[in-house]
Amino acid sequence: MATHLSAADTRPRHKRVLPGLSLSLGTSLLFISLILLLPMTGLVMQSVDMGWDRYWQVISDERVVASYKVTLWAALIASVFNGFFGLLLAWVLVRYDFPGRRILDALVDLPFALPTAVAGITLATLYAQNGWYGEILESLGLKVAYTPWGIVLAMAFTSIPFVVRTVQPVLEELSPEEEEAGMTLGASDWSVFRRVIFPALWPALMTGIALSFTRSLGEFGAVIFIAGNMPYVSEITSLMIFVSLQEFDFPAASAIASVVLMASLVLLFAINIWQARYLRRLHGRS
Amino acid sequence: MSILIENISKHFGQFQALSPLSLDINEGEMIGLLGPSGSGKTTLLRIIAGLEGTDTGRIKFGDRDVTNLHVRDRRVGFVFQNYALFRHMTVADNVAFGLEVLPRKERPSPTEIKTRVMHLLEMVQLEHLANRFPSQLSGGQKQRIALARALATQPEVLLLDEPFGALDAKVRKELRRWLRGLHDELGFTSVFVTHDQEEALELSDRVVVMSNGHIEQIDQPGALYASPNSRFVFDFLGNANVFDGKVENGKWHNQQANIVLPEGAEQKDGQLYIRSHEFFVSREPTAQANLPLRVIAINPIGAEVRLELTPIDWQSNDVWEIDLPHKAFDKNCFEKGQTLYVTPKAGYFFANDAQKPTLLSWEK
Repeated sequence: MATHLSAADTRPRHKRVLPGLSLSLGTSLLFISLILLLPMTGLVMQSVDMGWDRYWQVISDERVVASYKVTLWAALIASVFNGFFGLLLAWVLVRYDFPGRRILDALVDLPFALPTAVAGITLATLYAQNGWYGEILESLGLKVAYTPWGIVLAMAFTSIPFVVRTVQPVLEELSPEEEEAGMTLGASDWSVFRRVIFPALWPALMTGIALSFTRSLGEFGAVIFIAGNMPYVSEITSLMIFVSLQEFDFPAASAIASVVLMASLVLLFAINIWQARYLRRLHGRS
Repeated sequence: MSILIENISKHFGQFQALSPLSLDINEGEMIGLLGPSGSGKTTLLRIIAGLEGTDTGRIKFGDRDVTNLHVRDRRVGFVFQNYALFRHMTVADNVAFGLEVLPRKERPSPTEIKTRVMHLLEMVQLEHLANRFPSQLSGGQKQRIALARALATQPEVLLLDEPFGALDAKVRKELRRWLRGLHDELGFTSVFVTHDQEEALELSDRVVVMSNGHIEQIDQPGALYASPNSRFVFDFLGNANVFDGKVENGKWHNQQANIVLPEGAEQKDGQLYIRSHEFFVSREPTAQANLPLRVIAINPIGAEVRLELTPIDWQSNDVWEIDLPHKAFDKNCFEKGQTLYVTPKAGYFFANDAQKPTLLSWEK
């Protein structure tokens, strides 16, 4: 009988538009497992088979270690460069209205849309000794293509959207009143930038640089065409994985891949924790 | 420091934000810029601060011509509508900002800055919040920190943009009183922007009423209330009911309603503005007026009861509001939907061809 219905039963069930927690969380977890966790587990399983000694031997091989150094340095330089240039680009896109702004805004995403191999080949052609830029640089005594600088160039190209797209929304949200407040208090333009604007952008900029860095660590397609791939000089870690694969040495490939994976994960976690702490202050959840 | 504003005008694109206007502000005075949104009051405030340039005219602080001076060199204190506190800095760092960015030669030592900041925080009674971040403060607290920050460099001119706009009624009242006290104690010159007539009348030494980019009237609050000099000021100060009448046989007529002209009134058509408390209320028309109205709402407000009324068989653009003392209300016990008659005691008459009103009274 309807008389024994308690108040809880008659309450309207759906308070949200999307279906409840159990269904949406369940679906999300399933997809994360299938797309992210399962392949990663496979990767670890494959390197577990080979035993600790062999694992260590593979990942500390002289040529592989040289590739870590090249990759890390190139990714670091590329992401720091992107930090400056991406901030400038985001600033221009948000703060100024000029003809062609929308086109420039769309172009920022080009490195995401372009197949990385295409980018690599294009860059290699442009910067080769007889290419458009290469010729000019050559006359100045600079060589970019087929040197570690080529790696930096390819990495910077493919990962710049990360910086622009993380900084842009924060810049848009920044209220002009805070800048004006700085000026009414007598601060110079530089002071206002350094003390008011930059601290507000800093978390987003760091996240952008970190994303750009991790993306660069794993970049393959764009880099190999322009790197020259000389052992100990311009071989990147992704290439070492590829070489192992071509030799059908799957455990070795997985072992090297696991190192890249760990490096990326540690960095991403670190940046997340740091950013959460920083943002807590701004939003007052402490 | 006195502020002299001479012939200032400003346009944004096609929009004329300020028509040429002049204003003289005395040293130590507190001026309220009152007007609806879009009247140019905030633009005027920003021009005084130097946050906007002016198209024509000049501005002087005392003897100093500051027309072409950058905002950072004008040394004014500015309090923004949304406070604009620096979100990533503690309260103490916010207040210290103005001192920290002084050129090295003028900058006090770090310990000196610390003492001055604590002193300022004591002045706004928030020294216990020195290490909090702005996001952890209430609106009223943010407002007081914004004030302390603006006063840190000891400006002689303090400008405030809608300083109490976002606060609830009680906090607003408290802060108003506190700001007035601070102003009198420290002796700076203040200009504040508001759209709240009560706030302007209560806080300012003189009120500047603005509309459509020009100044309608400048007066002390009492004088402004007693003699508004235009229809706009009357409308904006509020609490006035408008009777649009055609004169005939010594009465103003509006369809079925009429009001007898008092002695000395011009025999002209026009609008009669009557404040909400200048009425008798009765169940029947009186010899002096026949203004039937229907009660649509009854709201007790403080010492009075406000009746909202609509005309019966005559025209008015707005709902009429009439304030009655509780005693008078209780005696009559009006209810919603009932018809009643009102009789004006005093009012202001704007003849159709006149810009200025004449004061009328039916009482001898």
